[in-house]
Amino acid sequence: MLQISCPWCGPRDEIEFRCGGQSHVIRPGPPEEVDDATWGRYLSEKINPRGDHLERWLHAAGCRRWFNVARDTATHRIRAVYHMVEAAPAIGDEGSAR
Amino acid sequence: MSQPFRLAAGGLIDRGRPLSFRFEGRDYRGYAGDTLASALLANGVRLVGRSFKYHRPRGILGFGPEESNALMQLGTGARAAPNLRATEIRLHDGLEAKAVNCWPNVRFDVGGVNNLLSRFLAAGFYYKTFMWPHWHVYEGVIRRAAGLGKAPKAADPDRYENRFAHCDVLVVGSGPAGLAAARAAAGTGQRVILAEQDHVLGGRLRWDGGEIDGLAADRWADEAIAALGAMPNVRILPNTAVTGYFDHDALAMIEAVSGDDPAAPAQLPRYRQWQVRAGRVVLAAGAIERPLVFPGNDRPGVMLASAVRHYLARYGVRAGNRAVIFTNNDEAYRTAIAFHAAGGTVAAVVDTRADVDPAVAASVETLGIRLLRGASVVATRGAKALRDVAVRRADGGTLRLACDLLAMSGGSNPNVGLFSQSGGRLAFDEQLTAFRPAQSVQNERSVGAAAGLRTLDEALASGHAAGAGDGAAPRATDAHPAAEITACWRIDAPGKAFVDMQNDVSADDIGLAARESYRSVEHLKRYTTLGMASDQGKTSNVNALAIMAGLTGQGIAETGTTRFRFPFVPVALGAFAGRAHGELLRPLRRLALHDRHVALGAIMEDYGWLRPSAYPRAGETRFEAEQREARAVRDGVGIFDGSPLGKIEVRGPDAARLLDFIYASTMSTLKVGKVRYGLMLNELGVVIDDGVCARLGEDHFLVGASSAGADRIAAWLEEWLQCEFVDHDVLVAPVTTSWSVVTLTGPHARDLLAEAGASFPLGPEAFPHMSFQEGMVAGIEARVMRVSYTGETSYEINVPTGRTAELWDVLMRLGGRYGLTPIGIDAWNLLRLEKGYLHIGADTDGTTTPLNIGWDHVLRRKGDFVGKRSLMLALHRDPARLQFVGLRAEGTEPLPIGAHLVRGKGADRASDGFVTSSAYSPVFGRGVALALVHGGTGRIGETVALEHDGRRLTATIAQPTLYDPEGARLNG
Ligand SMILES: [Zn+2]
Repeated sequence: MLQISCPWCGPRDEIEFRCGGQSHVIRPGPPEEVDDATWGRYLSEKINPRGDHLERWLHAAGCRRWFNVARDTATHRIRAVYHMVEAAPAIGDEGSAR
Repeated sequence: MSQPFRLAAGGLIDRGRPLSFRFEGRDYRGYAGDTLASALLANGVRLVGRSFKYHRPRGILGFGPEESNALMQLGTGARAAPNLRATEIRLHDGLEAKAVNCWPNVRFDVGGVNNLLSRFLAAGFYYKTFMWPHWHVYEGVIRRAAGLGKAPKAADPDRYENRFAHCDVLVVGSGPAGLAAARAAAGTGQRVILAEQDHVLGGRLRWDGGEIDGLAADRWADEAIAALGAMPNVRILPNTAVTGYFDHDALAMIEAVSGDDPAAPAQLPRYRQWQVRAGRVVLAAGAIERPLVFPGNDRPGVMLASAVRHYLARYGVRAGNRAVIFTNNDEAYRTAIAFHAAGGTVAAVVDTRADVDPAVAASVETLGIRLLRGASVVATRGAKALRDVAVRRADGGTLRLACDLLAMSGGSNPNVGLFSQSGGRLAFDEQLTAFRPAQSVQNERSVGAAAGLRTLDEALASGHAAGAGDGAAPRATDAHPAAEITACWRIDAPGKAFVDMQNDVSADDIGLAARESYRSVEHLKRYTTLGMASDQGKTSNVNALAIMAGLTGQGIAETGTTRFRFPFVPVALGAFAGRAHGELLRPLRRLALHDRHVALGAIMEDYGWLRPSAYPRAGETRFEAEQREARAVRDGVGIFDGSPLGKIEVRGPDAARLLDFIYASTMSTLKVGKVRYGLMLNELGVVIDDGVCARLGEDHFLVGASSAGADRIAAWLEEWLQCEFVDHDVLVAPVTTSWSVVTLTGPHARDLLAEAGASFPLGPEAFPHMSFQEGMVAGIEARVMRVSYTGETSYEINVPTGRTAELWDVLMRLGGRYGLTPIGIDAWNLLRLEKGYLHIGADTDGTTTPLNIGWDHVLRRKGDFVGKRSLMLALHRDPARLQFVGLRAEGTEPLPIGAHLVRGKGADRASDGFVTSSAYSPVFGRGVALALVHGGTGRIGETVALEHDGRRLTATIAQPTLYDPEGARLNG
């Protein structure tokens, strides 16, 4: 049970959130200029790293806002929480715990 | 009735409160404060269960959650509880217990024949023997023969609760280290939860002697507990086992509130599950003693040495008259001394070590107790209770020692289960001969025996330090020295030596696994079932992997442990459910008109909302009601409660842009006051919802979703808006429950609406099909849409939810002369089926695209929308793809939903599509259906064969729209 700090509401239990998967995915387009392989990668190929993963979460049972989370998939340590419009943060070894 | 093994004094029991109980049909007495185990021992009951596989007689082994043998079935009927450990069952008056896994009773057990066959039943026997032709042929018989207690068949009448808590420090265990930690942390004002699985706090301080800060250990515990109890920032939870350690310092605990005591007040839950988020965690869960592995080590009367000491001090029970102590370490000598002091005879201390510390040896020899150095117990005898043991002396000679109790100790394992669950790494400590915590991942610290520390002083100091308090740590002013140990994993002697007593895994089984190459601990576990019983191998895992390490020549550290898993102790399933079952499983949603539907005799069913399925009249079946209601819509006028329909307001300068992207149809070209039907897709091109969209103003839309999609589609819009179109100036407001929908449908709908009074013109030119009006209906503010799901002239009247009943009553009162009929979901579905209108989720599934349902034109649309690029893939345009069609059955019987169209013959038969919706149509006087059929659009008029559950049927393919294909009635 993760504890996630919603940027709007503060720390809350994981059960209040929904994970929306990998963040910063660029949607290819317009459709007429995208080949099948590129579209297939967009649909199906998600990274699955051991370590830091940038992903988007929805505070579904709270403020209903989406935001980004940098989470270590091995330890579940949350290294950063940032807004949808922000660029991915540079994460050093001294990322903030939780 | 006498309790022959009860001491005259001592123990935390109340001799003034005798209790009666029954075990295996016989009556016994115990005292308040007893566990079932201590009371059975006090009465001299040795045989308390039969083992799982061989049905061997077994006695009590331990004194806490590690107990592997004494599993009980408690209570009767719906309250029967299986597989409870006698060592944790608090005795109450009238308690009735039975041993599990024996029939007809524990003293005469038919399954004991397995013991005679045991040389054929080695590890892997089941896997090897019951392979042909298939395991399932044998499974039923084997499952009946195996199994432990019996779960009750009736619903659980007890209450369970779930509770959340936060704290700065969670202390697990209330022994010396736990109390020192709790005291230190609480003194600085931190919020502390102290959880103890026993109903008595103090752990080892209650039974293992010692002196702290000049006070006897149990007196010091009393004072520490009283001080903690007086502090408002401390919550003390006895009877509470911490069962799980999850991410980010979230822990689960199970509190036995009423336990199984029938005298407990009825309003108390049986168990309460706690979910705790802790700032940090102090793991003071102590250690569990290991059995020694030698032939006959499972005979009733063979116990852990610590358990013997525990029963003496805690309950005033001496577990036998004449004991042999068998050990590889110093600690068991304390059992010899305590047993002797309690008036028992110690026949000998058998120590596997040739060298014993002279002071330790003297501690028993000065009492006249014989000490056999470098010796081992190699056999035990006694049918249902221990009679004597055979000892192999250091010189190789053998002697027999008569005894009724064998107290064994193979060392202790720190309780590292929670630490391991937290992700921490273990290390094997050669001096301790055990695994101990080595490297933390979460914010926890192990202290005392759980950290592998061996003395009372170290326990107090480590606890105090972990509590991070002020002042000096409590000091042990008198304590046992650190117990020395020499590893002894297996006594080399012939005969069945058990490692896992609950699952009957012997040392030879581990040898067999090694020979057959199941050498990794995870393979060993699954091949032999070692550690997979309800005790999860608390006393067996380390012995087993050490024996495996010996066989493979690897070190114990390299062999490693299996994963420790949640829960640390078995948990009643009801505790996980808490209150969330039956009516409280999830909230039931009731319509504003609920009481009116019920008054009309509606069958109310849960569609996410409680909705009327049909309104049968007296003497009418549900089917007859459906048919009558449907005919009323075709001939007169019906009234339908469509309130659960999803309603989402989308507003802002970029609203049309957003909707053009979300819908597979263009919405920006919609004129104000008009309504358009649209499909929503996901990025795979699959239809996820449909509905009508009304343009209320230049930058204001009302998006209609299906009832099931109301919440999902609002969240879908938000996700695109917040994650992709962050520059769009749009607001999305779900307003489903703010507006109720009362639909009038049928040839007389307009007449009735006019009579009720509308503030806008109703004629077909001023208010045509697929348009929208906002104004007053029957004096109530209303949004009215001319859309139809029945094929008849329809008005969907949206009014504020608070005024729904008012509108309904007016329409019902005026509707009499038009034969106004309330319509349930059943008739509603039939009407839309005749018309060939989709029902998302019934006629579509997780693969259906617009190109399966006749919406090929979306591909010609300019610009991008969700899922468009997927639709451009060649596979979706295959002429043989599934296509949405109607079916006419041959007769009156409706085609079964799910029936498949079949092509080919015999073994070459293949599905050619399937029925998605079906009903008997009163208009056509036959069964009609909707179906997805391969290449269906080009096969109109074809007669096809169908199969369902072995039945064969025939039907004709038709256009989906069977009723009024020109739409004359719709537009009228
Ligand atoms: Zn929030």
